[in-house]
Amino acid sequence: MVDFTVNGTDKSYDGDEAMPLLWYLRDELGLTGTKFGCGIAACGACTIHIDGEAVRGCVTPISAAAGKAVVTIEALSKDGDHPVQIAWRELNVAQCGYCQPGQMMQAAALLATTPEPTDDDIDEQMYGNLCRCGTYPRIRAAIKLAAAKAARP
Amino acid sequence: MRPGIAADAKTQALGASSELSRRTVLGAAAALIVSAALPTGSLAQESNAPLKFGRDAMPNGWRDDPRVFVAIDREGIVTVTCHRSEMGQGVRTSIAMTVAEELGAEWSKVRIAQAWGDETRFGNQDTDGSRSLRHFFMPLRRAGAAARIMLEQAAAKEWGVSASEVRAEDHMLRHAASGREAGWGEFAERAARLPLPDEKSLTLRPAAEFRYLGKDHTGLIDNHDITTGKATYGIDVRLDGLLYAVIARPPVFGGAVKSFDGAAAMKVPGVLKVFAIEPSPPPTEFNPLGGIAVVAKNTWAAIKGREALKIEWNDGPNGSYDSAAFRASLEDAARKPAKPVRADGDVDAALAGATKRVVGEYYIPHLAQAPMEPPAATARVANGTCEVWTCTQAPQATHDRLAKRLGLKPDQVRVNVTLLGGGFGRKSKPDYVVEAALCSQAMDGAPVKLTWTREDDIQHSYYHTVSVERIEAALDEKGMPTAWLHRSVAPTIGSIFVDGAKNELPFELGMGLVNLPFAIPNVRIENPEAAAHVRIGWFRSVSNIPHAFAIQSFVAELAHAASRDPKEYLLELIGPDRILDAVKLGDVWNYGEDPSVYRLDTARLKRAIDAAATGIGWGRKLEKGRGLGIAGHYSFVTYTAVAAEVEVTDGGIAVRQVDIAIDCGPQVNPERIRSQMEGAVVMGMGLALSAEISFKNGRAEQGNFDAYDLTRIDAAPRILNVHLLPATTFDRPLGGVGEPGVPPVAPAIANAVFAATGKRIRALPLNKEFSA
Repeated sequence: MVDFTVNGTDKSYDGDEAMPLLWYLRDELGLTGTKFGCGIAACGACTIHIDGEAVRGCVTPISAAAGKAVVTIEALSKDGDHPVQIAWRELNVAQCGYCQPGQMMQAAALLATTPEPTDDDIDEQMYGNLCRCGTYPRIRAAIKLAAAKAARP
Repeated sequence: MRPGIAADAKTQALGASSELSRRTVLGAAAALIVSAALPTGSLAQESNAPLKFGRDAMPNGWRDDPRVFVAIDREGIVTVTCHRSEMGQGVRTSIAMTVAEELGAEWSKVRIAQAWGDETRFGNQDTDGSRSLRHFFMPLRRAGAAARIMLEQAAAKEWGVSASEVRAEDHMLRHAASGREAGWGEFAERAARLPLPDEKSLTLRPAAEFRYLGKDHTGLIDNHDITTGKATYGIDVRLDGLLYAVIARPPVFGGAVKSFDGAAAMKVPGVLKVFAIEPSPPPTEFNPLGGIAVVAKNTWAAIKGREALKIEWNDGPNGSYDSAAFRASLEDAARKPAKPVRADGDVDAALAGATKRVVGEYYIPHLAQAPMEPPAATARVANGTCEVWTCTQAPQATHDRLAKRLGLKPDQVRVNVTLLGGGFGRKSKPDYVVEAALCSQAMDGAPVKLTWTREDDIQHSYYHTVSVERIEAALDEKGMPTAWLHRSVAPTIGSIFVDGAKNELPFELGMGLVNLPFAIPNVRIENPEAAAHVRIGWFRSVSNIPHAFAIQSFVAELAHAASRDPKEYLLELIGPDRILDAVKLGDVWNYGEDPSVYRLDTARLKRAIDAAATGIGWGRKLEKGRGLGIAGHYSFVTYTAVAAEVEVTDGGIAVRQVDIAIDCGPQVNPERIRSQMEGAVVMGMGLALSAEISFKNGRAEQGNFDAYDLTRIDAAPRILNVHLLPATTFDRPLGGVGEPGVPPVAPAIANAVFAATGKRIRALPLNKEFSA
């Protein structure tokens, strides 16, 4: 039995503890904002927060969440008003949008530790998040815009 | 279940009557397999039939009926139905903008609904070929205008005034003389009962009045859902009692299961059933590859179950497919004369009498589209019906394949279209949807979600072709070509429809090969045969990729041979301003468009090249190890050019700046044109620098994003400028946008690498030269 919280709600899980959180969130809880992209932590589409840290849900077993707080894109903010989400909309970052929940979860974690990121910081921290539509230039701009918004809300 | 984005309406009045809210599918005429699958509009149509082009030539054509595309509820909320698939090009936003503009709607009161697969009702739905707005901009404007006129007529009748004095604007109906006004909701129901306005009475809004079209300020209509994780893609659909499936497919194309043992898989907790799916006989078309399916209570259990399968495979005739050996065979073919597909003048004589001859031989490997959302579908096949929810670029083709494979009538099948997490051509082929339906059938009608893992996607794609392009030119004393001989050797997409097909089809030849727009007196283009050993399919911009890479690289090689500036040389080679006729160039396809309307304008191509060059500061002095390259290309009846600055070190190629220019005629949604160009640069960089699918023993050597190396954020240029070249008026024909940005990227980068290093790399991906 593993106990943890998902988006603030207590959860107990007594199935296969090796199952990656990604599939638990998507198939068992219906939280489909966390996406499947590769299954080997090579694309970042499944990025979630565990105790505030960005991790890849596709390779993180449920057992690793024991006693911890899991947060998905659905609960990054209450009304979609995290500075990252606002900046993403203002700059129309998304094309197909599929990788963007993972991008935003990674960006939110980046800004939590690096409130004024440089292009180099962004490239280093966002390297693991693949976007096949090629929205990288706008992701860079949106992270800087979100940083500015967070600095003077 | 999640409501998804089905077009079913709740309270629409205008347009609702029985139609929009009805879930049953109208009887759709099943299109012939090949006509639905292959681009149409070829000039090689039957000679006694009137020629059809553009939207008229697409299977099931087009509609402009406002009752199909526009609904207004009693609160005045406008719901526009989008019958084209959204995969990141922004079509749901652009279609809504188009209809809203003609209506006079406020954007905050406009919603979008996604059409199900039904071309009898909606007109053609194949979302490919960069033609959604090219084909449907005018019909959608007419639909919006007709709805506006019906609202005006309804208010006029009630107010006892002339309809010509009532204006629908700002989401209101106004009669200026009497000062009367009302919201749309009040008249929507009465408007819906009016007859459709006569086509001749339709007046479209003049461009000077546009509030949305051609403007940059409209945000993505799905922005909030996307940024909050609520957007529903094919892989996200949920139904009560949903089961989850994955399939082990033959590792070699054309292979089959020899024997299998599912006992260990059945012992994996959560696994419910293991069963065989028969391979489909050739031609492969859009049919499942066959294999062993594992259905389980969740995706993870299905994947673990599949890992526990013991399967022995028959590899079949493609078990020896080897990319290195195949490349050699293509090169061999490219060095021998073959069937000409265009011949002007006397190339042999000009080559024989040349003062200088230059040869370039280029190699472009297979690619996988690899959309971030892999192929996925949810199906429920029960009680003599089939309903699916899926990410598809081809809703009607999906519908037809399901009916055929399941032996159902057209009205027993329903295809609900979700958002697509990228498409790039992969999701034009609905093999995965049929697989999902077969899984549901095997589970006695329980709903089943089939997911392709990334390995499935990369190892069983409909791959971009693999090509050798060999070009030889004779130069005169000024260094300009007097003869041009190009042999293009590449397995054809036709091979998935006609087993054993070995020559490029008109639509492949027309993608920048035969419609070479250069002022050269003697031109011969040949297409030697090449057999396919994997499924070949459309990849964003398709055959333009190898053709543009070879031709635009070779032009820079000629410029070097002539000791000329590559940009000036390219412009001189394109020659004087003139309008070229596709037919006279030997292009019988012309992107399906009327060659008297869509003509290749060399001035527009040169203007795009100039804009990219100006943007990057062509000719400026650079640090050591840096270089500038340029390329221009005509594709999807649009003109694009790319100028790139690269820095080359021992570690490889870094792209520092890219300027991309596009002239696509009138710009409906410039904001999304910009984003498509940015994305095209990044995707073009991936195939230019690092992406390749290769085969050994018939098997793809790459399986996931660790080995299939796509562009990541650190490689994206810090400076990326998009130059939108304005059209003079909105009355000109629209060009494509989704694809034309891709082809010039790779040659511009290869040319920049040459400028930086003096090293000419003729094979993609370029970084392979530096990784040895």
